[in-house]
Amino acid sequence: MSESVIHTADLRKEFTVSSRAGLLRRVRRTVTAVAGVDLSVARGEMLGYIGPNGAGKSTTLKMLTGVLTPSGGEVRVCGFRPVAQRTRLARHIGVVFGQRSQLWWDLPLAESFRLLRYIYRVPAADHAARLAECRRLLDLDEFLDTPVRQLSLGQRMRGEITAALLHGPEVLFLDEPTIGLDVVSKQAVRAFLADLGSRGDTTLILTTHDLADIEKLCRRLIVIDHGRVVHDGTLPELHARYDSRRRVVVDLDTPWNGGVGLPGAVVEAIEADGYRVTFGLSGGTAGELVAALARDGALRDVSVLEPSIEDVVARLYAEPAVR
Amino acid sequence: MAERLPTSLARRVWRRATTRTSRARRVPGRATTRDGRPGVLAGYRQLLAAQVRSQLQYRASFTMDVFGNLVLTLMDVAAVVVLFRVTPVLGGFSLPEALLISGLANLSFALCDLSVGNIDTMRLYIRTGRFDAVLTRPLSALLQLVCGDLALRRLGRVVQAVVVLAVALNLVHVHWTPARAVLLVVAPLSGAVLFGSVFVAGSTVAFWFVESGEFANAFTYGGRDFTAYPVTVYAGWFRKAFAYGLGFAFVAYYPALALLGKPDPLNGPRLLSWSSPVVALAAAGVAALIWRTGIRHYRSTGS
Repeated sequence: MSESVIHTADLRKEFTVSSRAGLLRRVRRTVTAVAGVDLSVARGEMLGYIGPNGAGKSTTLKMLTGVLTPSGGEVRVCGFRPVAQRTRLARHIGVVFGQRSQLWWDLPLAESFRLLRYIYRVPAADHAARLAECRRLLDLDEFLDTPVRQLSLGQRMRGEITAALLHGPEVLFLDEPTIGLDVVSKQAVRAFLADLGSRGDTTLILTTHDLADIEKLCRRLIVIDHGRVVHDGTLPELHARYDSRRRVVVDLDTPWNGGVGLPGAVVEAIEADGYRVTFGLSGGTAGELVAALARDGALRDVSVLEPSIEDVVARLYAEPAVR
Repeated sequence: MAERLPTSLARRVWRRATTRTSRARRVPGRATTRDGRPGVLAGYRQLLAAQVRSQLQYRASFTMDVFGNLVLTLMDVAAVVVLFRVTPVLGGFSLPEALLISGLANLSFALCDLSVGNIDTMRLYIRTGRFDAVLTRPLSALLQLVCGDLALRRLGRVVQAVVVLAVALNLVHVHWTPARAVLLVVAPLSGAVLFGSVFVAGSTVAFWFVESGEFANAFTYGGRDFTAYPVTVYAGWFRKAFAYGLGFAFVAYYPALALLGKPDPLNGPRLLSWSSPVVALAAAGVAALIWRTGIRHYRSTGS
């Protein structure tokens, strides 16, 4: 494994929440948002960080960026301790929080970019080169002079990503970068990030609810639930571990009658009065299944569905909570 | 965590302070360093400039605000003058002497209000999550807030305070010495730092309670009203708490005594009259510590 840019050991965050109990009495209880996360990310990796709402994704990201002070554990990002060395770390990372802007609401986008050059102390030439590239790849030109508050969400997000990259960060943190975007903007953002990641000098950490982001962008995937890592590996590994199946959907000329024994496949759904049947492959191949069905005759159409990450994750989330 | 002990905090503050100066020495007085990087303070300067530009965008409204502020603060002075229609002496001070105190207090507060008076917008930053963005930039969080919220429209208050102070100085008889001349400049600055410390310390309440409301205002605006009169008019625990506990006696009362060469009616040692800068620095130190503790309790909001 090459040099790691992010390293955490037993990273924890607890919040004390006090809630009303009666007229004056308040009850305090401790809520664990992140319950011991061990993480090691190598330079140039593209990491997807997913989990249901309230799983601790954003809290982790905020601890990695120096916004929140951890309740316990070790954390190093680019060799810095995020909270203690916050301002120094800030020069080495870029942050895009999908739901809150890093830009100046009343200023034109171009003016925000200009300000950021002074804030991050970027040499003029570097700044100009990076901005020119983002303008080209993200089509910023038509709204560069528009105040940020008047931008559409898609335009703003392209602006946010540019703003986070102008100082050439080593790590780019993206918290739900595609949330609320239309299909075209989503694709533009994904294509840009894929290109950025493929160059290998920027590490990308991405939280998302849109699993297509992960499929398109991330080789490595971390699933977090109730503040704990429940999976850390590649997408195929996730499928293997949770027994994701490929599916074969067949249309028949005569309704399905429970038929012959089909090795390595199970019936998952019967639709359209038995004219359409979905099989899940467990061990067998699609070829064997189709051959067996064809022997029966009555086979009209076949389609094979690759396992979808949504299914896996839905199953993962649905598992009883282990606290 | 061991690394959060106050001693290591002090060491860190010290280390940071020393590295700043050494870096500044490398590029004396230049906006851009040799490799084309903007200077250390360029970020703050640009934030400030952007803020001023946006405030000047609406000139008519700006002028009216400045004027309104001026009229409003004249009321403070009027209150002092009105009091003297009922009594010739207030807590051992004549009208011109009381005006001197009032002028010093107002100037201190006005300078502070101009720079850090908007710090309570921090509550808004925290509630809306914009504070996250502040914390991900390579600048001091406090200075970003100060630069981003400078309230130029409060300039009127500074002008008014200077006028009152000038009038008062004309009416009283100051036996001018070099030390007193220096004090006249240093005292409003110290007072501003003291007020600023109270503002900053008060604003940190928002780190713990997002809905902190107007709690801190009791001390900031309350402090302004307190300092506008000789502390001799107050009594008991109230005087002890505000004048000495929070140090408000050192904003205007003691500097005025020093300027007038008047002994303290409360029999305090003469040295007290000259100790405003020390008190202000101590207050700033305490405020900085409270701020640093507070920021570690920042919990951010929502996703």
